[in-house]
Amino acid sequence: MTQSPSNTHKAAEALDTVLLQLTGLKKTYDQTEVLKDINLDIKHGEFLTLLGPSGCGKTTLLRLIAGFEQPNAGAIYLDGVQMAGLSADKRPVNTVFQQYALFPHMTVAQNVAYGLTLKKIPKDEIQTRVREMLAMVQLEHLANRKPQDLSGGQQQRVAIARAVINRPKILLLDEPLSALDHKLRLQMQSELKRLQRELGITFVFVTHDQEEALSMSDRIAVMKDGRFQQIGTPIEIYETPANLFTAKFIGETNLFRAEVKGVYADQPDRDGQVTNGRIEVEVCEAQAQDGPTTLRNLRRPDFANDVQVGDIVNLLLRPEDLRIYDPNDNAHAGLLGRVIESNYKGSTLDSIIELANGHIIKASEFFDEDDPSFDYKLNEAVKVSWVDGWEWVLPDDCSIDHSTANSNEHQGMSVQKDVS
Amino acid sequence: MARLNLGSKSPFRTATLWLIWGWLLIFALLPNILVIAVSFLTRDSSAFISLPFSIDSYVRMIDPLYFEVFLHSLWMASITTVICLLLGYPFAWLVSKAKVRWQPLLMMMLILPFWTNSLVRTYALKLLFANNGLINKLLLTIGVIDTPIDILYTQGAVIAGLTYLLFPFMVLPLYAVFTDLRNDMLLASQDLGASRRQTFRHVVLPLTTPGMISGVLLVLLPAMGMFYVADILGGSRNLLVGNIIKNQFLDARDWPFGAAASVLLTLAMAVLLLAYRASSRRIGKTDFNEVA
Repeated sequence: MTQSPSNTHKAAEALDTVLLQLTGLKKTYDQTEVLKDINLDIKHGEFLTLLGPSGCGKTTLLRLIAGFEQPNAGAIYLDGVQMAGLSADKRPVNTVFQQYALFPHMTVAQNVAYGLTLKKIPKDEIQTRVREMLAMVQLEHLANRKPQDLSGGQQQRVAIARAVINRPKILLLDEPLSALDHKLRLQMQSELKRLQRELGITFVFVTHDQEEALSMSDRIAVMKDGRFQQIGTPIEIYETPANLFTAKFIGETNLFRAEVKGVYADQPDRDGQVTNGRIEVEVCEAQAQDGPTTLRNLRRPDFANDVQVGDIVNLLLRPEDLRIYDPNDNAHAGLLGRVIESNYKGSTLDSIIELANGHIIKASEFFDEDDPSFDYKLNEAVKVSWVDGWEWVLPDDCSIDHSTANSNEHQGMSVQKDVS
Repeated sequence: MARLNLGSKSPFRTATLWLIWGWLLIFALLPNILVIAVSFLTRDSSAFISLPFSIDSYVRMIDPLYFEVFLHSLWMASITTVICLLLGYPFAWLVSKAKVRWQPLLMMMLILPFWTNSLVRTYALKLLFANNGLINKLLLTIGVIDTPIDILYTQGAVIAGLTYLLFPFMVLPLYAVFTDLRNDMLLASQDLGASRRQTFRHVVLPLTTPGMISGVLLVLLPAMGMFYVADILGGSRNLLVGNIIKNQFLDARDWPFGAAASVLLTLAMAVLLLAYRASSRRIGKTDFNEVA
């Protein structure tokens, strides 16, 4: 079960090969389906984050991988070996608990040595490895203290050391930073990344904090109601969300509803070059006074085959994608509105704008060094627009506004699309 | 612990503190000092106690007769404690693992007998244990025995009575440590490769030790003092230290000797309290209020 250091090294090199494979996992508590058909491949050395609101099943999934719970259906293959049915003590996987769960009757060193002591490893080897481990988390000087005499950040590091010293194939982290204050959390984020790089161990990290997920992960699996909504890199998740749930859950989002006015397929031109297909939409928020220029030509989205003229689509724009112009600037088409709040954020100016129809949107602009007076007056009239191509088009997903019953089906489709 | 921050100048705070200190002084410290003082005085047939000071009472306790009673008493109390611990430990664990909404009811059932006076309950036991009592009748009816067996006035009857009366005092502190025992500690131990047995030995046992010591404190010493149990169920041979103390004060009228015996019990209590403190500190607790 113990890996030699050379193996760990090999594992790091073998990136892109699957380490953990979850297929068709289901978990039910008291007739409530907490996890519904979970399929996921985790690669060697990957930092994968399970992200979702509380109650989405992310912690349950972690407990299934750890072996604290057994699935009702499905398989868990770790390096090709079936884990489902094995209890936690028989799996080469270790966990860092949310409240750390350090043993209060043992010193820091004894806590870290616990796993090795159970394996009856010779005393001097245990001592060496504990010392190495404590050096790695910079806690050598506290080896003989009791955990409850340590600060939150130090306890956190003991918990990591206690788990990692067993050289697990996967380290599971259950919201390990949620008990820390903001500044310490940022510090621990980069420390966790450093440890993961140095150790070459695969991390599966659970959080409900989307910023944390974006900044730390190689890949993020967004969960809701026991299903994956999308699995992808932070950039994919942020820039090209698979559905409205992901779009709204990750980052700040402006959604514009738009009516499809025309759908054009990819067309080869005379030289054999392909002109990318496009759709033509008109933003529903547009008012008569915005002028006729609100018709926009957009890149043809993946789901365009299901879209007909007259359908509604959603245009997703992040606050930093928006451009704000003078209302009399006729060179740019846009939506008219007025500034109702303007917040100076140091590097950016964040404004809240109410459109003519009452729709509230957020815009975030970088400061222009040449224009020190750059600011908005309250109630100042503005025109909001964006560069064509910066928007992300999503189908009109009813899951956000309506019941969840049919939304699951809908999102199931988008997950499939994403996996393939 | 919630702390009322009333400021040091608040008259309410001052008054409350004085009241508490005054109460403890008059009703806790003073009686104990009196008992200690009396134990060093000389017996007097008319006024109960008189000068001069002497350590005679303590010297007399080394008398083999009393020493034997003390040892026998300690023996019965120890057996009682061990039985209470062996039954109470799994009992408290199971209650703490029961569904949260059932727990208050289960603890309520444990405490329910307290609503009846313990003397009355001891007499009830006597009815059960007697030669023509319920237990013998039952055994005769189902044919396990031909003639009634002696249960009453045996050492076993005293131990059974003490166990019955003191069992809740063992369970309550154990229940407290088991509810404090966080489940993620057990999961962490399992996660790090421990079998159930290893988790019990390395995590559960050390973390519940303060509860065990606390329970032992609450059972062992009261068991040595519950003279009426020995009186009613034990006959003349199964005396407790409590019987000696009672006899010295009420029958023999030897107050100094009775006081000395009682001081010894208090000292034993103090030793156990120190052990409890040490074990609590080991698991990082600084709040020692649970015993009281």
